[in-house]
This record gives sequence, C-alpha cells and structure tokens, in this order.
Amino acid sequence: MIRLERVSKIYESGGKKVEAVKDVSLHIKKGDIFGIIGFSGAGKSTLLRLVNLLERPTKGNIIVDNYDLNSISSKDLRQLRRKIGMIFQTFNLFNSRTVYGNIAYPLKLEKKSKEEIHQRVTELLQFVGLEDKADKFPEQLSGGQKQRVGIARALATSPDILLCDEATSALDPETTNEILNLLKKVNEEFNITILLITHEMNVIRKICNRVAVMENGRIIEEGEVFNIFSNPQEKTTKNFISSVVNEKLSSSLLEKLRKDHERKLYRIVFSGDTASQPILSTLTAKHNIHFNIIYGSINELQNQLFGNLIVEFIGADSQIEEVLKELTEIVEVREVTNGES
Amino acid sequence: MKVDWTTFWPRILQATGETITMVIFTLIFASILGIIMGLLLFATRKGNILENRFIFSFLNLLINIIRPIPFIIFLVAISPLTRFVVGTTIGTTAAIFPMTIAAAFAIARVVENNLVSIDPGIIEAAKAMGASPIQIIFGVLIPEALGPLILGITFITVGLIDFSAMAGTVGGGGLGDLAMTYGYQRFDTSVMIVTVVILIILVQIAQFIGNMLSRFFLRR
Repeated sequence: MIRLERVSKIYESGGKKVEAVKDVSLHIKKGDIFGIIGFSGAGKSTLLRLVNLLERPTKGNIIVDNYDLNSISSKDLRQLRRKIGMIFQTFNLFNSRTVYGNIAYPLKLEKKSKEEIHQRVTELLQFVGLEDKADKFPEQLSGGQKQRVGIARALATSPDILLCDEATSALDPETTNEILNLLKKVNEEFNITILLITHEMNVIRKICNRVAVMENGRIIEEGEVFNIFSNPQEKTTKNFISSVVNEKLSSSLLEKLRKDHERKLYRIVFSGDTASQPILSTLTAKHNIHFNIIYGSINELQNQLFGNLIVEFIGADSQIEEVLKELTEIVEVREVTNGES
Repeated sequence: MKVDWTTFWPRILQATGETITMVIFTLIFASILGIIMGLLLFATRKGNILENRFIFSFLNLLINIIRPIPFIIFLVAISPLTRFVVGTTIGTTAAIFPMTIAAAFAIARVVENNLVSIDPGIIEAAKAMGASPIQIIFGVLIPEALGPLILGITFITVGLIDFSAMAGTVGGGGLGDLAMTYGYQRFDTSVMIVTVVILIILVQIAQFIGNMLSRFFLRR
C-alpha cells in the first residue's frame, strides 16, 4: 500500500542543512494501522507528509497505491490525494463553512452532484455521530466533535489510506479514546489503511498493529506492536513503553523491597498464551517450593495478555534452581539487580 | 458674503452625489484590482501555493513605492496618465482614475495581510484533499478571509471619502470642492460645517454597512 525506500528529506534554512528524515525504509500493508511514535522533532511529521507529497523527498523512492511519487504528474497527484484522507492535531476545519460544508468540500472538488453530496454527507454525519450538528460552524463545536468532522471530511471521497497527524494530541484522555475507537471502526468497516504519528504510546497500544519508533530522523525499531511491547530493544522504545506499561520500579521502592526481602528477586515476563496459564504455581508445586509476588502488572495488548511479575522463591536452593531452569524454557526470567529495576 | 441656502441646497445635494459616485466607482474598480494583486502577492510568497519570487518581489516593490506617496501629490504626479486614460484631468470621472490606482495598492496590502493570518494548516488540509491552487484561492482563501477582508475594505472606503475631498480640490467636484471654494476661500463657515457633517454621516454609513457585512461573514 505504502512503500518507502531509503527516503531522506533535507531542509535548508539559512544556509544550514537539517536532515529531518534519514534513510527511512518502511512498508505499510493494506489494512494496517501503522503507528509512528517519536518525540517532537523526531521527523515523524515530515515523514507523514511525504506520503501525500505535502513534502517532497530529497532522496529515495515512495510508492503509494502503485504510484511512484517521484514521477507523478500534478494531475495524478491531485487524483491520488483524493484517495488519501488526512486528519490533523489542530483539526484544520474551514471556519467559514458549516459542518455539512466542511464534509461536502472534498466532494465538491470531485464535482459530484448536489444529491450525491447530500447522500454521502448524511451517511458520514451518521457514521461519526454528528447528525444534529450539520448546520453548526466549527467554532461552535468541542475538540472531539471537531475531530469527528475532520474524520468525516477525510472519509468523504472513500479513501484507501488515512493519514493521522497527532490526531488526538489536542484532546483529553476520554475524548482521545472515543476518537481512537472511531479510527478503529474506520479501519475495520471500510478496510482503510491508517498511518498515524503520535508521541503517546497509549495511542499505539490502543489501536495499532504495527509500530515504528523514530528518533533523530531515523526509524530505530519497527515491528508488531505486541512484539515491541513485550521485547523492546532500544532505550527510547523502552522509555515510551514504560510511559504506559508501568513495569519499572522506582529505585527507592526497589531498595526498600530488597531490604525487606533478603532472597533474590526475579522478574518474570509473560506474553501471549503463557500469561493465561498457571505456570508459576504448577512449577513451584511440582518442586515443592513457594513463591511470593512482590510486584506485578498485566496488560492487554492487541487482544493478547502481557504480564510482568517480580517474585521471590522460598524453599531449598537446589529446588529453586530447578524451577528457574524450567521457567526459563517457557518465559523470560531475569534476576533483579540493583542496576536494573 | 454668505450663500443663499435656498439655492445652495441643490448644489450640496449634487456635490454629495458626486462624492458618492467617486467613492463607489473607485471602490468597485480598486477592489477588483486590489484583490487580484493581493491574492497574487500572497500566493507567490515563499512557500505558498504559487511561489514565484519574481512576481512577488515586483508587486511588493511596486506597492511600497506607490503607497507612501501623499495622495495630493500622487494625484498631480499621475495626471499625464490620467489624461491619457480618461481624456481629461478635470471632473468626477477623471478623479476616479487616480483614486482607483492609489486605493488598489492599499487594498492589495489589506488583502495580503488578511490572507497571511489564515491558519496555514487549513490550506494544507485543502491541498491534501487534492484541491488545485485556483480551487484553494476561491474555495478556501477568500471565504476564510472574507470577514476581516470586508472590515479592511471598509477602512479603505472611509479613506476614499477623504481622498475624494482632496480630488475635489483639483477639480474633481464633490463635497471637498464645495468645502474648499465656499467654506475655505470665501470664509463661509456654515458651508464648511454642513459639508463636514455630511462627510461624517457618509463615513458612519460606510462603517455601519461594513460592520454588518463582516459580522454576517464572520458569523460571530
């Protein structure tokens, strides 16, 4: 659906060269909800705009819907853009048009008849749940309602792809969830491929199936959301994950725990099927030792469970050794040291 | 030497009509020219939809040359061109030409300033929808800027009433002419007061209409 091959984007401002996107290759498949996460200035906003050529790449190839963007004519580009919807952090609604007028605008560009426009706009208003707001102006709406209008407007021309530029960053947590659910519905009901950028890991966790982590213009880590969450490699990725999955203990708490518990502490990471099986109790019972859960969290990710426990074992050393050996074959086990929490 | 008011009222009425004619025609021509120039100026700006350094620099320079010239001097300086275009430099029609030129450049700036204040994100959204530059100009830029644009043009209109008075002094007719010849040169204060009151009323009406229209388009 969207393929980026070794794409770079260099800006020149005041004689200084700024490389916003560095040698990025990505493949987004049809039906994906692909999230790009990064701090501000990581280059994700530029990357997103390369896909509909609001920004032109300095190097590399971009193929969208079988169009090679390096050689696309301006007429084809306008045609392609009608197949790529876009929503924004600041909504960017036309203040001079009503809700109805905003959603109708892309259809007017396609020179659709009044009847067709009316039918489609009515349909979309119903889809986003704003039937009663058709004649209101954007400034009369709340943030969440504005983004719903933005989504309806982006969907008007029945696009194949939806680009979301920090679409929930200006919204409160509850409204964010509403909008994310709506995006999920867009993806499922219309099979629209979604490419979103965000700095909130919560957004990735809630709706994305794939994620790329971006830092200083590069993609530093990419993969299935579940895999990235259960086994992050890069420090930035780990930081993002810890913002939503509270697996890290503060060093002061860790110190206290170690004072209270003289035995060795182990971190056990469950993921997928192993998270729903009584592995710990089965194994400890088998070897006749006890375990004590000191800290733990279980999260839902992409309809799978993902757990993280810190435990101590009570019993004979040789038996504990055995349990650890067998555990290691099934799940990830690490001894908790002072350096790592 | 006082004027005879029973015969003078029709003259005042005629002069008011001349002033209104000058202002309205100037407003129409200058708006057309000014809006075109303003749109070009905005669209050819660096990074905008029709970026063109040559056109932008040329227009920008031209506006900066014309605008600072005091209108009374501009009026005289441009008179050869006025004679060439209109055929004469005297009378109401002849006054409309220099007024239009001066006002058009002022309106161009007003248009540009109002367009600059539009959120670039809105233009980006239209671009992302596949709108062409022409579609963006007429479907997005103008409607989005219309409210403040009308206020800006109202401001220019009030200025035009002032321009028309100056044009009057060099043979353009209208209230300015009347005030100068009767009120100033013949020391008849009452004529001056009457013309000034009429000018004030005209300004009030123009501002009232402008406010009303802009409120309608701003929808506030």
